[in-house]
Amino acid sequence: MAVVETRNLTKIFKAGELGAVNDVSLVTEEGEFLVFLGPSGSGKTTLLRMIAGLETPSSGEILIGGRVVNDLSPRERRIAMVFQSYALYPHLTVYKNIAFPLKAQGVPKAEHRPKVEWAAGLLGIGRLLDRKPRELSGGERQRVALARAIVREPAVFLLDEPLSNLDAKLRASAREELERFHESVRTTTIYVTHDQVEAMAMGDRIVVMNFGEVRQIGTPAEVYDEPADTFVATFLGSPPMNLVEKDDLIVGFRPEHFFPVTVLAGRAAVPEHLLPHDREGPYVPLGLRVTHEEYLGAERVVYGLIEGGPFQGKKVISRMPSTLVAHYAPDTVHAFAVTERQLKFYDRATGRRTATRLAPGAWR
Amino acid sequence: MSARPAARRLGAKLLLAGVLVFFTVVLAFPFFWMLIASFKQNIDLYTVENNPFKFNLPPTLEHVRFLFTQTRFVRWLGNTALVGVIVTAITLLVALPAAYSLARLTGRWGERLGIAIFLTYLIPPTLLFIPLSRVVGLLGLQDSIFSLVLVYPSMTIPFSIWLLMGFFKSIPRELEDAAMVDGLTRFGAFLRMVVPISVSGILTVVIFSFTLVTQEFVYALTFISPEANQMIGVGVPIFLVRGDVYYWGSLMAACLIASLPIGIVYNLFLDRFIAGFTVGSVK
Amino acid sequence: MKRQGASGQSPLLGIAMFAPAVLYIVLLIGVPFALAVLYAFSDARIGSTSFHLVGLENFRSILQSPSFRKALRNSIVFTLCAQAIVIVCSNILSIALEKPFRGRGFVRFLILLPWVAPVSLGTIGWKWILDSIYSVITWVLVTLHLFKPFNTPMWLGEPHLAMASVILVHCWRLIPFSTVIMLAGRSAISKEIPEAAAIDGAGFWRTTFQINLPMMTPILSVAVLFGIIFTFTDMTVVYILTAGGPYDSTQTLPSLAFATGIAGSDLAAGAAISLFLVPVLVLVAYGMLRLARRAEVV
Repeated sequence: MAVVETRNLTKIFKAGELGAVNDVSLVTEEGEFLVFLGPSGSGKTTLLRMIAGLETPSSGEILIGGRVVNDLSPRERRIAMVFQSYALYPHLTVYKNIAFPLKAQGVPKAEHRPKVEWAAGLLGIGRLLDRKPRELSGGERQRVALARAIVREPAVFLLDEPLSNLDAKLRASAREELERFHESVRTTTIYVTHDQVEAMAMGDRIVVMNFGEVRQIGTPAEVYDEPADTFVATFLGSPPMNLVEKDDLIVGFRPEHFFPVTVLAGRAAVPEHLLPHDREGPYVPLGLRVTHEEYLGAERVVYGLIEGGPFQGKKVISRMPSTLVAHYAPDTVHAFAVTERQLKFYDRATGRRTATRLAPGAWR
Repeated sequence: MSARPAARRLGAKLLLAGVLVFFTVVLAFPFFWMLIASFKQNIDLYTVENNPFKFNLPPTLEHVRFLFTQTRFVRWLGNTALVGVIVTAITLLVALPAAYSLARLTGRWGERLGIAIFLTYLIPPTLLFIPLSRVVGLLGLQDSIFSLVLVYPSMTIPFSIWLLMGFFKSIPRELEDAAMVDGLTRFGAFLRMVVPISVSGILTVVIFSFTLVTQEFVYALTFISPEANQMIGVGVPIFLVRGDVYYWGSLMAACLIASLPIGIVYNLFLDRFIAGFTVGSVK
Repeated sequence: MKRQGASGQSPLLGIAMFAPAVLYIVLLIGVPFALAVLYAFSDARIGSTSFHLVGLENFRSILQSPSFRKALRNSIVFTLCAQAIVIVCSNILSIALEKPFRGRGFVRFLILLPWVAPVSLGTIGWKWILDSIYSVITWVLVTLHLFKPFNTPMWLGEPHLAMASVILVHCWRLIPFSTVIMLAGRSAISKEIPEAAAIDGAGFWRTTFQINLPMMTPILSVAVLFGIIFTFTDMTVVYILTAGGPYDSTQTLPSLAFATGIAGSDLAAGAAISLFLVPVLVLVAYGMLRLARRAEVV
């Protein structure tokens, strides 16, 4: 188990162009599950590959377990990697696949079987040892890839979007298995994905990246509840955070904090279960002219335009549990509101979070 | 620790370069040699002590002039071109519909027949040339270039069908279905829809047929005796020798002139042929 | 075989579109093949119309002929030696050509010349290079004082050297072809596999021999099978380079078949000799079918 650290790591592929990775400095914590999250082209995979030793950095340092590893080949870094396609050797049996790293690093033959069986047992694939990869299902292949990775007892695990090749149904159970696996081995793990749901579910901390730069590092709660800039704010959470502009500020509020004030004619205003801890504190009323609503089973999503006030006509989204029975017909206007405390403010020029806030009076 | 990987990388690069240089020299050398010999004066060429790598006497166009004026070189080029064009046309006419029907219409049988056709490609001219020489004689085509026009398609058609089959299979069926819904017959859909978008496959067949005609040796040697009717591949080695004397200068010039254009064109399309060879084995 | 096409005429149309090709193949490959078998059992000659079946007479006489036995042995030896050299060289060369570099297109063009140029013309080039008196190789060796000026090797005149020369020209022609096929095979291996091997701790040699080569077995087999066909059934190289000499030492089955059947006018004997190509062709066809079937299973 070791800590991975990067210092001012940069990778430029074409001279004169923006780097794929720009001046990234981060430190993992021992035993944590760290997620690199970002859209395609954000540099997260390049960053991972540099840590693995598959790409040479243009500048900066990589440290594993306190040692600078820039000049070490992948095999010397004591890391293990699971690729997007799992990269199982198709001509070898599962047993030989798992044993391959042991063979390559000169582990005496007598020790192969016990180690392979230990790794296979950990992942529950003991009965598959004589099969070839092409005879396995997607989930089984992932487990073989993990077994091959763990058999060497590496210091760090690197995973490059291992779930993206699985179909949706399989993805959920495979994800759960990965989480359980991490719980049992507790090796420092770096996991790359573009799926923010995966990141939120699995990560101890998330490194949010865009255009080769780190936008924010934090726990899922930190990056979700207190996003450091508009990119993080809109990348995490689906539907994304509502953003409206005023003067040189951008105001943001999440759809689930944007709730209806009255539900049906005759019902109480501000239903209690929509304001768990925000019951205290002022809320900012906003009118909503509905464009359409979506009933998604567990929740209801309402799309519309703000009616009245300085943000007239801006597109916003609201999201509420479907236990709240209501109907929002197109082109009707309803009274909605946001708790003042939940508003986030961003500087319009830079997109970064700012302490400046709009006075509640400015909303009228 | 930092000197080792850098030195290792440099060593690997040098080894790589060495390998490339070695093979490039060995493989391309004969053509470079043809180039030099074509322009060397005879005295220079046939003096054993002279350094063969440089022009000890000034270069000359004598051999090239000899080739074009005193031999049937141009005639052979013409024969080859004519046969090439006709054979290519026949190949396209026969192989296109056959490949289409195999790819689309005959289901699993199509697969088996396709493999059977590919296997016929493995029956070499050196097995068939003897009986075919008799057949050619019986048909009265002995010594005529039309004997080759008749026989060459048997070599080009099987591989062309295989090539085009793979090509047609990659065109989605929906295209023709849409055309037929719009009112075309299946054959009409084939002619008006599929053929026009298969230009790249057709081009590959054209190049393949043409280069096969220019490369072929056994049939041309067997069926045609008179010098004037011969193909380039046979004419050059057989008839540029007067008695037992090899006119090496002109011979080299002939080889070069006949090889390079074909070589360049074939090279441009090589990737497609390789795809044709390997389409069954690489998934 | 009735299929529900959008137009009801599918099966008939299919057969019609396919028929000319079948006709061509049957008439110009199938029939001659049958004829070759027939001639082998006959006394056909060029210039005579007589035709009698003579049973196994032709086979008996050629099996007793030393030239035939030499030719059979040569065919096998040339093919195996050439293939062995070609496999090794094309593997090395395909590794060298895998990664892009400046000028790679031009280098590829140069390397491909032996294959794309017509067989006969390339072979003539070698004939000049290997000439007994004027060979450039000889000149280089003499200049390096490895040989005395009047005691130089007869590349095409001395039996063992001649055999080596024929094998050399075959290799020269086949290496480009095999290399291109290998390159295609290498590029089909997903890039993540060698990376996984690197992370697992495999060095260059282990990755090449335990991972890359085994994965390339199907395509390697294609290259080898075609290479065998091209060498075993070729008569052009031998005919032009040595005409089978000296003293039949470079004669192969196809070139002997030509010499006997056409030059020697004995069609029947020639046909019989050429039929000995068939067993190898059948083996190769079997190999191809096995490969095709395995590819479908995957």
